[in-house]
Amino acid sequence: MTTLIETADSTDRKFEVIRQRGQREVFCGLTSIVWLHRKIQDAFFLVVGSRTCAHLIQSAAGVMIFAEPRFATAILEDRDLAGLADANDELDAVVDRLLSRRPDIKMLFLVGSCPSEVIKLDLAVAAKRLSKRFMPDVRVLNYSGSGIETTFTQGEDGCLAALVEETKSTDCSEKSLLVVGALADIVEDQFKRLFAALGIEDVRFLPGRTASDQPEIGPNTHYLLAQPFLRDTAIGLDRLGAKRIDAPYPIGVEGTTEWLRAAAMAWDVSEDKFNRVIELPKSRAEKALTRYRGMLEKKSIFFFPDSQLEVPLARFLSRELGMSLIEVGTPYLHQDLLASELDLLPPDARLSEGQDVDQQLDRCFEAKPDITVCGLGLANPLEAQGLVTKWSIELMFSPIQGYDQAGDAAELFARPLVRKRRLAV
Amino acid sequence: MKLTVWTYEGPPHVGAMRVATAMQDVHFVLHAPQGDTYADLLFTMIERRSERPPVAYTTFEARDLGGDTANVFKQTLNDAYERFDPDLVLVGASCTAELIQDDPGGLAKRVGLPVPVVPLELPSFSKKEHWGAAETFYQIVRSVADRTPRPKRSPLATPSCNILGPTALGFRHRDDVAEIAGLLRHLGIEVNLIAPLDATPADIARIGHADFNVVLYPEIADSAARWLEKTFEQPYTKTIPIGVGATRDFVEEVCELAGLSAEEGLERTNLPWWSNSIDSTYFTGKRVFIFGDATHAIAAARVASEEIGFEVVGLGCYNREFARDVRDAAKQYGVEPLITDDYLEVEAAITKTQPEMILGTQMERHIAKRLGLPCSVIAAPAHVHDYPARYSPQMGFEGANVLFDTWIHPLLMGLEEHLLGMFRDDFEFNDTAGPSHLGGHNEEPAKVTELPTGIGWAPEAEAELKKVPFFVRGKARKNTEQFAREHQLDTISLDTLYEAKAHYGR
Repeated sequence: MTTLIETADSTDRKFEVIRQRGQREVFCGLTSIVWLHRKIQDAFFLVVGSRTCAHLIQSAAGVMIFAEPRFATAILEDRDLAGLADANDELDAVVDRLLSRRPDIKMLFLVGSCPSEVIKLDLAVAAKRLSKRFMPDVRVLNYSGSGIETTFTQGEDGCLAALVEETKSTDCSEKSLLVVGALADIVEDQFKRLFAALGIEDVRFLPGRTASDQPEIGPNTHYLLAQPFLRDTAIGLDRLGAKRIDAPYPIGVEGTTEWLRAAAMAWDVSEDKFNRVIELPKSRAEKALTRYRGMLEKKSIFFFPDSQLEVPLARFLSRELGMSLIEVGTPYLHQDLLASELDLLPPDARLSEGQDVDQQLDRCFEAKPDITVCGLGLANPLEAQGLVTKWSIELMFSPIQGYDQAGDAAELFARPLVRKRRLAV
Repeated sequence: MKLTVWTYEGPPHVGAMRVATAMQDVHFVLHAPQGDTYADLLFTMIERRSERPPVAYTTFEARDLGGDTANVFKQTLNDAYERFDPDLVLVGASCTAELIQDDPGGLAKRVGLPVPVVPLELPSFSKKEHWGAAETFYQIVRSVADRTPRPKRSPLATPSCNILGPTALGFRHRDDVAEIAGLLRHLGIEVNLIAPLDATPADIARIGHADFNVVLYPEIADSAARWLEKTFEQPYTKTIPIGVGATRDFVEEVCELAGLSAEEGLERTNLPWWSNSIDSTYFTGKRVFIFGDATHAIAAARVASEEIGFEVVGLGCYNREFARDVRDAAKQYGVEPLITDDYLEVEAAITKTQPEMILGTQMERHIAKRLGLPCSVIAAPAHVHDYPARYSPQMGFEGANVLFDTWIHPLLMGLEEHLLGMFRDDFEFNDTAGPSHLGGHNEEPAKVTELPTGIGWAPEAEAELKKVPFFVRGKARKNTEQFAREHQLDTISLDTLYEAKAHYGR
C-alpha cells in the first residue's frame, strides 16, 4: 500500500510513503532497557515476561556485556499461566528477592511484555501495590515494552511517559527548560553549558541520572524533545501543562543550531547573543564535517526501519554531507513530532513506514545503495551480498547529538566505506 | 515466576531455529509478535552466518489480536513458500503465539502446501532451547525418514554411520564434525549422513541406510537416536569424544559397532606429552570449577582431572534433562553436583568454592571477571569471540590439543606464579598485574562480600593473609577458617594461619 502524505507547511511538496505490513525486522520496546538501565543509575528494570524476553535483551545487549546488569526478567512459567500460582504473589516474591539483593536500587520499573499483556497481568496495579510497600525507599513504576505494541525506542518513550505520569504538576513561577530524551552524559553537559551561555539557567533533563533527580514539571516548563520517538512522553508533558518548543532534532550542525535557536527564541535571547554563543562550537562542528564530506558526498543511502532516528539522520546526511536518499524507512512516522524535520527533507525522498522485510530487501537490492542502514539481523547477510552496511543500533549507543558529536555521527557512516576501501581481502 | 538475570538457554523456538538454520532447503514459519526477529542476530552476528536464518515471522500486533491472527499466519506461510521454495516446512509458535492458541499445525494443514509440513509443539513456558532443538530434529527425522526396510548388509560392505546432533550456533559443532568425520573415515567407516548440519530433507530420508549412529550432542540428538534405534535397529554411541581418553574409548566403541578392530597410529595428539612435560607441573591440583551443558561439563571434568591434573572442585549443568549424568559424574569427583539454570546460584556456588580457575560458559566468564579468576569457555552459550576463524574442534585428538592450549592460556606461567608468591609487594610485578603473556593489566577484581563465618581474624593474621597472592588467597582463607572451625577456635591468629597451611598443604 503506498500513500502520499503532505508536509505540515506546504501543500505542494509531497512525499511518497510506502506503508507495508509483513515481517518486521525490528526489536521490541524491551530493548531500550539496554541503555536506560545505565542512564538512571539507581533504577532497576524488571521485565515480566517469558524466556524469550530475557533472551532478547541479553542478545541485543551485544550478548552479556555487563557483569551485574540493572535489569532482569521475571520469567512466567506454566504454573503462572494455569492459575496454579497467583501471579501477583509470585511477582511480589521476585521483587522481594531482587530488592534485598540490591539495596542500592531506588526506582524499580515493572516492564510489561507480549505475554504479560496477552494474559492481562495488570502491572500498573502491581506497581501501585509494591510502591506502597517499598516507599519511600523504592518507587515502583510500570510501562510496556511489548512487541505487540512497541518497537525498540518506543520502550524509552514508555519509560519516560511513566516517569512523567508519576510527576505531579508543580506550579513554580520560574520558567524552566526541560530537555527530554536519554542522551549521553557528556552531551547533556555540553548542552547545559550552551544553554547557560545563552542565559537559560534552569535546565533539567528527563530522565534524570538518579531516581531522586527527576525534574519537576508544570505550566512554566518549556520542553525540547532531544529524540524524535517520544510521543507518549510529549502527551504526558502537555497534560501537565508543559509547553513544547517545536524544533528539528539536535543531529548535525543544522539540527543542533535550530534546536538551540528554538529554545533561545522561547527565552527571548537576542539574535546577536545567540550567534555569539554558537559561533565557536558551530564552526568547529563544520570543520569536523568537512573531513567526511568528501567520503560521503553523492553516495546513496537506504534506511531500514529501526530506531525512529532515521528521518533526522537522513536530513543531516542529505543536507550537510550531500548524500542521496533512496529510501528512509522508519517504524513510525510521527508527523507532528517530525514536522520540522520533514520540511527540511529533499522533496524526492521516499519514505516508508512499517515494514515487509522481504519486499524491502527486494527494493534495496534493486537500488544497490552505497550504504544500507539496518538492524543486526540483516547486516551480515547484506554484506555477504556485496552491500556496505551500518548497524543502526550503533546510532543509539553512540553520542551523536550536538555540535561536538556532529563529526562523530558522520564518521559512523564513513567508517564502513573507509573499511571497504582499506581491506584487500 | 522466576527471577532471571542471564539465561543459559533461549526459548524452545530458538532451538527449532538452530535446526532449521543448520539444514538446507527447509523453511520455518513462526507465529510470533514483533521483536522475536531478534533471534536472527544470534546466527548472523554471533555465529557470523552470511545468510538470514530461514525463518518467516508473522509479526502480529496488538490490533491483530482482536481480529484474525490465524489469517496472518496463513498469509505468511503462503508467502514464505512462494518466495523460498523449500522442500520441507516447519511451523510453530513462539511464547506469545502459544498463548493465543492459533494452532499453526492445523492452519498449515488447511493451507495444504505441496511439500511436507512438520508442525512443532514448542511449550515456551516449560521447555527451553535444547529441548526445542531435540524435538524439532526428532520430528523432522520421524516425518521424512524412508521406512522401507533396508536390504541386509553384506559382511564385506564398508560399515557406515550417521553423525547426529550438530546444529547452527553450536559450540564448535562445525569443527567437531570435521574432526570426527575424518576420524571415522580413517577407521574405515563411511559417513552416510551428517544431520542436522548441512543436511537436506532428502538426505535425512536415507538416514535408515546406516549401520549405526554417532551421537555427538545428546542434548540435541538423543531423542532422534532412540527412535532410530527402535525403528531401524541402529545402535548409537554413548561416548563423547572430548579429550584423549574419551576419544580412545570412542574409537573402541565405534570399532565394535562397525565390527572393525582399532588401528594403531591414529593418535595425532600432543596432549599426553604436553601434560607430562615438566613445565606442566604447576597445573597439579589446581582447583577448577566446571559448569556448562551436561555433555561438555562432564567431558571437561574428565579431561581436567585425568589429562591436565587439575582438581575438580565443582561440577554442574544448566540443563535438567541431563542432570542424572552430572550427578553420577560429580559423585566420582566427590563434589556436590550443581544443577541449576539460575545464574545467581552458579555465582554463589563459585564464590563459595573459591576455585583457582573456571571452565564454563560465557556467563561464568562474567563471574570469573568479577572474582579475578582465569576462565576458559567450554560450552554454549558463547560470545562471538568463541566462534573462532581457525579450525578449533573440541572433539577428537586435535580437539584435545585445542583444550590443552585454551585452558592453559589464561593461567599464570609456572615460574611467574612462584615469583609473585615470593615478592608479592613489588610495585611493578604484583599479584594484581595479571599474567604477563596476556598483556595489559587486569583490573582489581571486584570485592567479594565475605560471608559471615562467625570466626574472627586477628589483625596480624588478616595482614599476613593479604600477602598470599590473590589467586590462591580465597583458598587459603577458606582452608584456615575450616581449620579454625574444626578446632573450635573463635579467632584466627598468625599461628592458626600457618597451622592450617601445614595441615592442608598448598
